[in-house]
Amino acid sequence: MSAGSSELCYLDHAATTPVRAEVAEAMAPFAASHFGNPSGGHRAAAAARRALEEARDSVAEVVGCEPGEVVFTAGGTEADNLAVLGTLAAAAELGNPLAVVCSAVEHPAVREPCRAAAKGWFGAGGSPVVLREVPVGGDGVVDLEALEALLDPSVALVSVMLANNEVGTVQPLTEVAAAAHRRAPRSVVHTDAVQAAAWLDLPRAAVGCDLVSVSAHKLGGPKGVGALVAREGTRLRPLVLGGGQERERRSGTQNVAGAVGLAASLRLAAADRAAEWERVTRLRDRLAAGLAAAVPGLSVTVPGERALPGHCHVLVPGVDREELLVLLDADGVCVSAGSSCASGALEPSHVLAAMGIEGEAARGALRFSLGRASTDADVDRALAAVPAAVERLCR
Amino acid sequence: MRVLVAMSGGVDSSVAAALLVEAGHEVVGATLKLWGGASDSGCCSVADVEDARRVAQQLGIDHHVFNLTEAFEALVVAPYVAEHARGRTPNPCIECNRHIKFDRLAERARRLGFDALATGHHARVAADPTHPGRFRLRRGADTAKDQSYVLSMLGQPELRRLVLPVGELTKAAVRSQAAALGLRTAGKPDSQDVCFIRSTEGRQGFLGRRLALHPAEVVDLAGRSVGTVPAVELVTVGQRRGIGRGDDGRRRYVVSVDAPGRRVVVGGPEEAACDGVSLAEGTLHWVDEALPAGARALAQVSAHGRPIGCTLAEGPAGRFDEPQRPVAPGQTVALYHADEPDAVAGAGVAA
Repeated sequence: MSAGSSELCYLDHAATTPVRAEVAEAMAPFAASHFGNPSGGHRAAAAARRALEEARDSVAEVVGCEPGEVVFTAGGTEADNLAVLGTLAAAAELGNPLAVVCSAVEHPAVREPCRAAAKGWFGAGGSPVVLREVPVGGDGVVDLEALEALLDPSVALVSVMLANNEVGTVQPLTEVAAAAHRRAPRSVVHTDAVQAAAWLDLPRAAVGCDLVSVSAHKLGGPKGVGALVAREGTRLRPLVLGGGQERERRSGTQNVAGAVGLAASLRLAAADRAAEWERVTRLRDRLAAGLAAAVPGLSVTVPGERALPGHCHVLVPGVDREELLVLLDADGVCVSAGSSCASGALEPSHVLAAMGIEGEAARGALRFSLGRASTDADVDRALAAVPAAVERLCR
Repeated sequence: MRVLVAMSGGVDSSVAAALLVEAGHEVVGATLKLWGGASDSGCCSVADVEDARRVAQQLGIDHHVFNLTEAFEALVVAPYVAEHARGRTPNPCIECNRHIKFDRLAERARRLGFDALATGHHARVAADPTHPGRFRLRRGADTAKDQSYVLSMLGQPELRRLVLPVGELTKAAVRSQAAALGLRTAGKPDSQDVCFIRSTEGRQGFLGRRLALHPAEVVDLAGRSVGTVPAVELVTVGQRRGIGRGDDGRRRYVVSVDAPGRRVVVGGPEEAACDGVSLAEGTLHWVDEALPAGARALAQVSAHGRPIGCTLAEGPAGRFDEPQRPVAPGQTVALYHADEPDAVAGAGVAA
């Protein structure tokens, strides 16, 4: 069994991140004494309302939008669903045939709503939606030429994630948005920035986008809260109906504690981004080089310069990643394969398939993802555990 | 001992895991994801995985989910469909045990450093008193629930690394153990039927989606046409249902199925009776020593069928003491020792 320390070596920041102490502190009053419902009229409500609006202002500042353009949701998946289905529902009201263009490597939270829309999610009366997927290259970057060919005036929504959660590839969003505005002028441009928000400066990286999804728990915040940034003038139908909160875009008593947590985590991430980018990149590069040197035949899937600082996705030949994960887990090393189904079983990755990596080559696909909590000790431990586990499985 | 327990989400494997934990072993649970399609029975649905995981949590053991859908499709489902296309009657649960549980999963357990694999099957692995270091496979204590038939393909290498914790218990005892431990699965009904076929669509619905089903002419042993069946691929040798009665008013049974020729031959009870079963070449295998031609044995031709006295013959084949309904080609014939009726001697597949 494990000879390492009893503490975990956590290298799965792409899945979720530890809640930062300052975030937990900022949220604490709202799980206790500050319990008001922001929608009310009395002073208890007003206190909660104020915290919510301060959080909104804070999110807007970091993301680069107006406060009124921030819609708090229950997480990144809900933000993505609202972006896709809310946009298509609004566009369908005009009665014209619709197309939606998304990349071949989108997260299921974008992919599934797009597919549902193509299968007639709106039921009778809505125009059928045609789904067009943009292929990617071997490094996971969208093929801009192919994108151009798929854009035409019938496209109502273009959705390309800012950075991929599995392999970490950063997409050329500025070019994507520019192409969309040129060739599909009526389209809404959405980007799932859930993975990217921890690392990229959104006002610059998501310029030209009408809708941006973010999620707190990917950047040191709590689970269960996110936001959809919806630029003024973007036609969006709500998915969650009720009391009309969030300017009719998302009903329900707001998760004040969550919003405060999201704001705090975005603020903190923006503040230490530059230094952390450098530090984590160095750690990741040492991990990647070390693994490539110590594990025969191991390849790093996406070159460091194309990926987010924390992502280290590798292909290990001759082993089944399910078995590798069991051994690493027993050793206290937490990593993942990046694609699983509802039962918890690993699924073949559509992202890797889109990049041309399938079958035997994909059998040993593993994702290490570092974050702000990662240290040299984590890298040392992974470099000790992984080659040993691979060697054991190949015996 | 480090033991990997295959947990299906059912009460038997839940209690198997519990007993091993109680005995002080280092236990890890694993649930197999075998089927990507819709399923409402054990071993395959997300609900079953969640049940197994919850039980593992209650027992304080690690739990993993292994995706073996590709192997399952290639080694269990596709052959099942192919056998039906040939007019044979396969047993996919046996093939799953043969190729998935006691091959892929057992190999994985070994690679991961486990000393043994455990399952919730109602059967027993026992040291052979007459041969040190060798093992017997015996029926479970609860004869109504005995599952030695579906394990009859195992040999010494598998038995050496197999633990069957609930084999000594009756089903009622298993359930009351589960209830006493507060396990979520204590009252869960046993899974019936094939795990990848939904009860709403049945075998016909499933095979109809994977195969073209062809009507066939039904003839009697004299060659006279007596009717038709809508799908020859669904007909089983020995079947009575849907075959009607003869002119003499007596029941008829399927005697043989010619799928490519789209022909089913039926006969009355005596005509349909068989005095033995031929085993397909290369399928006869032994748990320990081979029984020679001429040896006596007890043959069991279905999961809970009555054991039939027989004598082994060259072929290989078994000659029944008394005529029986014919054994459908593709069915497993499990052989038990004549002098030790609850010990499995070996198994073959009806030709």
